[in-house]
Amino acid sequence: MNFDLTEERQMLQDTLRRYLADKYDTATRNAILDSDAGMSAEIWTGLAELGVIGALFSEADGGFGGAGFDIAVVFEELGRAGVVEPLMDTAILGGGLIAALGDEDQKLLVEEIIGGGLHVAFAHGEPSSRYDLRRVETTVAADGDNVVLNGRKAVVANAEAAGQLIVSARESGAAGDADGISLFLVPADTKGFTMRGYAMMAGGRAAEVTLDNVSVPASARLGAAGEALPAIETAVVSANVALAAETMGAMESATALTKEYLMTRKQFGRPIGTFQALAHRMSDLLIELEQARSAVINAAGHLETEPRIRDMQIASARNLMGRAGRLVAEEAIQMHGGIAMTQEYELAHIAKRITMADHRFGDTDYHLERFIALSAA
Amino acid sequence: MDLNYSAEELAFRDEVRAFLDEKLPKDISAKVRGRGHLTKQDMERWHAILNEKGWLAPNWPEEYGGCAWNAVQKHIFDVECNFASAPRIIPFGLAMLAPVLMKFGNQQQKDHYLPRILNGDDWWCQGYSEPGAGSDLASLKTRAVRDGDHYIVNGQKTWTTLGQHADWIFCLVRTDPDVKQQEGISFLLIDMKTPGVEVRPIILLDGAHEVNEVWFTDVRVPVENLVGEENKGWTYAKYLLTHERTGIAGVGSSQAGLDAVKRMAGSEIHNGRPLIENPHFAARMAQVEIDLMAMSTTNLRIISKAAVGQAPGVEASMLKVKGTIIRQEINDLARRAAGPYAMPFPSEAVEGDNDPIGPEGAGVVSAQYFNNRKLSIFGGSNEIQRGIIAKVTMGG
Ligand SMILES: Cc1cc2nc3c(=O)[nH]c(=O)nc-3n(C[C@H](O)[C@H](O)[C@H](O)COP(=O)(O)OP(=O)(O)OC[C@H]3O[C@@H](n4cnc5c(N)ncnc54)[C@H](O)[C@@H]3O)c2cc1C
Repeated sequence: MNFDLTEERQMLQDTLRRYLADKYDTATRNAILDSDAGMSAEIWTGLAELGVIGALFSEADGGFGGAGFDIAVVFEELGRAGVVEPLMDTAILGGGLIAALGDEDQKLLVEEIIGGGLHVAFAHGEPSSRYDLRRVETTVAADGDNVVLNGRKAVVANAEAAGQLIVSARESGAAGDADGISLFLVPADTKGFTMRGYAMMAGGRAAEVTLDNVSVPASARLGAAGEALPAIETAVVSANVALAAETMGAMESATALTKEYLMTRKQFGRPIGTFQALAHRMSDLLIELEQARSAVINAAGHLETEPRIRDMQIASARNLMGRAGRLVAEEAIQMHGGIAMTQEYELAHIAKRITMADHRFGDTDYHLERFIALSAA
Repeated sequence: MDLNYSAEELAFRDEVRAFLDEKLPKDISAKVRGRGHLTKQDMERWHAILNEKGWLAPNWPEEYGGCAWNAVQKHIFDVECNFASAPRIIPFGLAMLAPVLMKFGNQQQKDHYLPRILNGDDWWCQGYSEPGAGSDLASLKTRAVRDGDHYIVNGQKTWTTLGQHADWIFCLVRTDPDVKQQEGISFLLIDMKTPGVEVRPIILLDGAHEVNEVWFTDVRVPVENLVGEENKGWTYAKYLLTHERTGIAGVGSSQAGLDAVKRMAGSEIHNGRPLIENPHFAARMAQVEIDLMAMSTTNLRIISKAAVGQAPGVEASMLKVKGTIIRQEINDLARRAAGPYAMPFPSEAVEGDNDPIGPEGAGVVSAQYFNNRKLSIFGGSNEIQRGIIAKVTMGG
């Protein structure tokens, strides 16, 4: 066993950390949060130029990474700095699905993504699907050489910025069936799309997307008809590694800020960290952080193993991050007192990132149930 | 012992329900349920409606125009108001300053300020905390120096809730810097329109403008605005805090909150079944409900004892700690119930002409979750309350 990062990954981590320390301070980030786009084109280009997007793809797909630990290294850093730019949506989900299912033509888009020139959104969740990846009710019907899509997609992250949307639709079967789901690559300017966009609590933007007779050539289908679920599950596994690592990075920042504050903030003539009531709780946060680090390593290290083991590791990591993340976010705020309640203060944003990660691709309970089901299998 | 409401209590409950049904404006209750932000006018409108009925001041003695309700009546009113989605009564004038004036103010102050509080002529805010003086309130530095018939005030208050709406602020100020901290503090009433008073907004993490900084630069305050004696302000401040803690358990708010969670969990579908049937979610809900059932009785036991003249001391701290834990747990459940729909930013999810996004009420759950982190921080943090409980019960 060896818990050291390879030299390449260590370099990636150092470079990214330096870049974000330099370019992504609290004030800059808060200005990004207030902006109409909800993200910075300059940062996006900067990340692409650093090779951060490329690090999320394998060499075969035109990148130079793509393994679990590459994802973990990148997202830990993004989490530490509270980055709101949609790397998970465009690269891991969008790029990941195109790379997995696309034909030669479609795969050309991956290059554009790696270069920072294209945003993608994964329009999969629906108003009643919650975290269930199989619950797809959006319909697709053949119409000559075209297919016609109808339905509603919920909380589609990055939808407004995306040049291409990957839309899931059901070719056959009932709402919860595993078989019968297809993906379609739909340019954002296709007729029949309506988007109601909004900012999200922890930064970034999403939209409610309505598809009203959206007509695209049948060649827009990604992969074989009705057989997209395994690829969706694989992409979501990577997204879960990204989410867990991002949360862990954010927890590092939250604990560092809290530790610093406990040592400097004085009440009753002494640093508040000298009150045992707080000191012990700070210690608990540091313990949980180490557990979180291990959970992320377990998940990232099993990305390429057989699905049942992989999925158990993912479920366990997300469940642990959900619990430890909640503890860290709530306790960090509490031990700061009022100051952490202000939008301006770094911890406020970090705590929101940690908490809201629990609402993507399954919350703490969802992953607990997955773990139980997989353990019994 | 009798755990049932008496016939009179049931009649009172029906009266409160009928009143809320008839008089609580629908646009206001819709906002409380999460479809928008309450404006100053909304809050004033509701105060005026309660005042007209004579129900604005449950804790005031009748001679001042209060209801003089007993503990059970207050509980019933709290629960019914919350279930009807009535706005909370803004406490600063009614529940904080008024009791201090009644006990320590002079006749002129009582005659002048108390009716104006009831009538909504003056909006009050609380100027206790400072950047350097939070839990350690007695270390406050805002200075008031006597100059003839005036005090000259310099310094800064912070976290001043709804100070942007306020006409007046009651402040703790330092009048003697050379004695033990607690013995050099005075209680001063300051007109916010006085030159030198500046209010600067603080935006909270959920995006709300709810608190402010209040800066004082050479603010001239007439000496008749001193409450009680100079340098005795700490005594009055502590008296006020015991009043701040009545209603702190928030039982009504928790019950209504849990009800809303149940409704959302009944309509959200999880793996093909209503979320409310999911064993993990159901267990979380049941756990909170069990705590809340006991808390409802704990709260009634403690406030009934206080009503017959035994001040709730350490018990008030217990209500604060457990009551806020329960409220925050319910906020956590609500955000879980909303699933992915907890992610949109509330103003964009619920306001404007469009239909709200996601299931009913989902648009505000995460904002409420983050905003209510304050419950365990303000009014004496939960750590400070635990310190009080330990000190009172174990000495030291
Ligand atoms: C939303 C909001 C609204 C508010 N409204 C008002 C208002 O209208 N008027 C007003 O005057 N104030 C108001 N406050 C201020 C509030 O009362 C203070 O935030 C509170 O007293 C805590 O002070 P602090 O924030 O400075 O934290 P600190 O006192 O610095 O505390 C930081 C942490 O240290 C802990 N701590 C401190 N001392 C000890 C100890 N001895 N032992 C163990 N732990 C300790 C605290 O519990 C906390 O966890 C408001 C605060 C908030 C967040």
